[in-house]
Amino acid sequence: MKQFMFLFKGGDEVWDTKSPEEQQKHMQHWQQWIGEMAQQEKFIGGERLYPHGNTIHPASLKVTDRPLTESKELVGGYLVVKANTLDEATEMAKRCPGLQWESHVEVREVWPEE
Amino acid sequence: MESRDHIDTTLNHLFRQESGKMVAVLIKIFGIENIEMAEDVVQDALVSALETWKFRGVPDNPRAWLYKTARNKAIDVIRRKKHSKTIDFSDPQKQLLTSGYTLKATMNDFWEEDQIQDDFLAMMYACCHPDISRENQITFILKSLCGFSTKEVAKSFLTSEDTVSKRLYRTKEYFRKYKIRPEIPAQSAIVSRTSAVLSAIYLMFNEGYNSTHVDQLIREDLIGQAMSLCRSLLSGSQTRLPEVYALMALMCFHAARVDSRTTADGSLILLFDQDRTKWNPILIRSGEDYLNKASFGNALTTYHLEAAIAYQHCCAKRYEDTDWNEILGYYNILLDIAADPIVFLNRSLVILELKGPEDALKSLEKMKKNKLLEKYYLYHATLGEIHQRLSNHALSRVCYEKAIQLTQSKSEKQFLQAKITSNR
Amino acid sequence: MKEFLLIIRGGHEESGNRSPEEMQKHMQHWQQWMGGLAEEGKLVGGQPLMSEGKTLTERGTKITDRPLAEGKELVGGYLLIKADSLDHATNISKDCPGFEYNCSVEVREISPL
Repeated sequence: MKQFMFLFKGGDEVWDTKSPEEQQKHMQHWQQWIGEMAQQEKFIGGERLYPHGNTIHPASLKVTDRPLTESKELVGGYLVVKANTLDEATEMAKRCPGLQWESHVEVREVWPEE
Repeated sequence: MESRDHIDTTLNHLFRQESGKMVAVLIKIFGIENIEMAEDVVQDALVSALETWKFRGVPDNPRAWLYKTARNKAIDVIRRKKHSKTIDFSDPQKQLLTSGYTLKATMNDFWEEDQIQDDFLAMMYACCHPDISRENQITFILKSLCGFSTKEVAKSFLTSEDTVSKRLYRTKEYFRKYKIRPEIPAQSAIVSRTSAVLSAIYLMFNEGYNSTHVDQLIREDLIGQAMSLCRSLLSGSQTRLPEVYALMALMCFHAARVDSRTTADGSLILLFDQDRTKWNPILIRSGEDYLNKASFGNALTTYHLEAAIAYQHCCAKRYEDTDWNEILGYYNILLDIAADPIVFLNRSLVILELKGPEDALKSLEKMKKNKLLEKYYLYHATLGEIHQRLSNHALSRVCYEKAIQLTQSKSEKQFLQAKITSNR
Repeated sequence: MKEFLLIIRGGHEESGNRSPEEMQKHMQHWQQWMGGLAEEGKLVGGQPLMSEGKTLTERGTKITDRPLAEGKELVGGYLLIKADSLDHATNISKDCPGFEYNCSVEVREISPL
């Protein structure tokens, strides 16, 4: 099986408008979704990210104190999963709870190890 | 600021009640190979409670506070250890602990109220595994599941803290080596595995009930903990067996009479001399209820019969009212189930009451060469009593002296010495 | 120690202009750098990504057959490291061989919850 990375982008503004109860419920949906993948031995790992960060730019190696991409393009987290094909991974990603809260998901194949 | 005493009392009580359950849940999370990690988290939670409550007072729901703190500390440990390989995260549910997306919700799942009790019972079965020696079983139960300190366990068994640590180490090594997974046994094995758990509980109870060497507080603690462990078994639908009810009844009948058994300075009072108004009617009443529930099904265990005997004593308003015939009947069945020399000895005491010293002596003749009784001080004390009643004074004295040699207890020695003095 | 995700972006145009020898040397630099981090116990994991991919938007109803971000913004790989602070992680990242190919590195702290 190949490995794929889900990059979750945007949706931070939506998160902030929700009540703590809604947020907790939302995280339970994540747990169910990831839990099912784990049961099928398709889950490898993944984390949520703080919205702030630094960026080191090429050539000058200048550091700016914010992520390179912001708002809708801001990476909010990632997951690494197993699937046979890009299409299968994309099917799995469709049930990502973040999509309901205006995130979008980029599905990318991890470079196979030699 | 809250009084330090109030905090200490609340915490001590809570710790005895809950630490074992928290340890059991944490062992499920961290794995049996990380028992120390689980114990450290519980210990940390306790320290936090002490520190915080000192300033903010005891919270409205101290139990919930303690559990929440332990849960948060477990989350910290997972975060620190998630790449260290000390914890095995390969199980799909545990794998969810490694991601920030699922850690908190998954951690909460581990602490669901109805699961906590099962985890606790599973740990009890794990440490009462037949491959673990009885003394190691009880040491582990007291330390890890009842929240005793190493010092308190050592005091309970008149042994050194060093010995206790070694016993704990051996048990933990056993768990690690055989990767024991704590679980409530399957239906087919539940009776035999529960029997091991019950003997550990009863031994613990007797350590508190019979021993005269241990200090009063620890004895009460042992009795209370043994009864509470038994109550845990009764709370589980798979573990609620007739023999569990029977042991619970037996312990209630014994515990009801514990205060009337000793004088203020700790010497023993015989059944004949006990002040029966001191017997606890509430405990006797609960014992009756448990005994009724124990009679469902076909199981007839030694606990059933011992409870029935104890109940007969509890029912007698005065010593003279004791129904010795009924009691002798129970002893006869008991001997059929288990040919235990101690039971035989106790039966001869009933015969002494019913039929007099000649018959009692005759019954004991059969046990003359028994190696266990030969070393048991009560056997010689009983013979002393019988010979005294038969006016064999010289023989009686020899028996009492042998009994004095064999017992460690000071109050027993005094008691027997008094018998010799009266034997002239 | 906290954990940080290094998001490595861009550099795809550059790799087209390099000779196989240069590419090989570049890969060796990666190996050395990551090996060093691993020895110091700072490396958790990381992988390069294939440049094709799919993007799910509109609650998962719309699927685009490529990553939305392109060029400089296209994520080319990631690394998960341990560091004491965002600044510490940023300093570590300055030695990333990706800069040889005009990549940028975004340094982000893993959120504990």
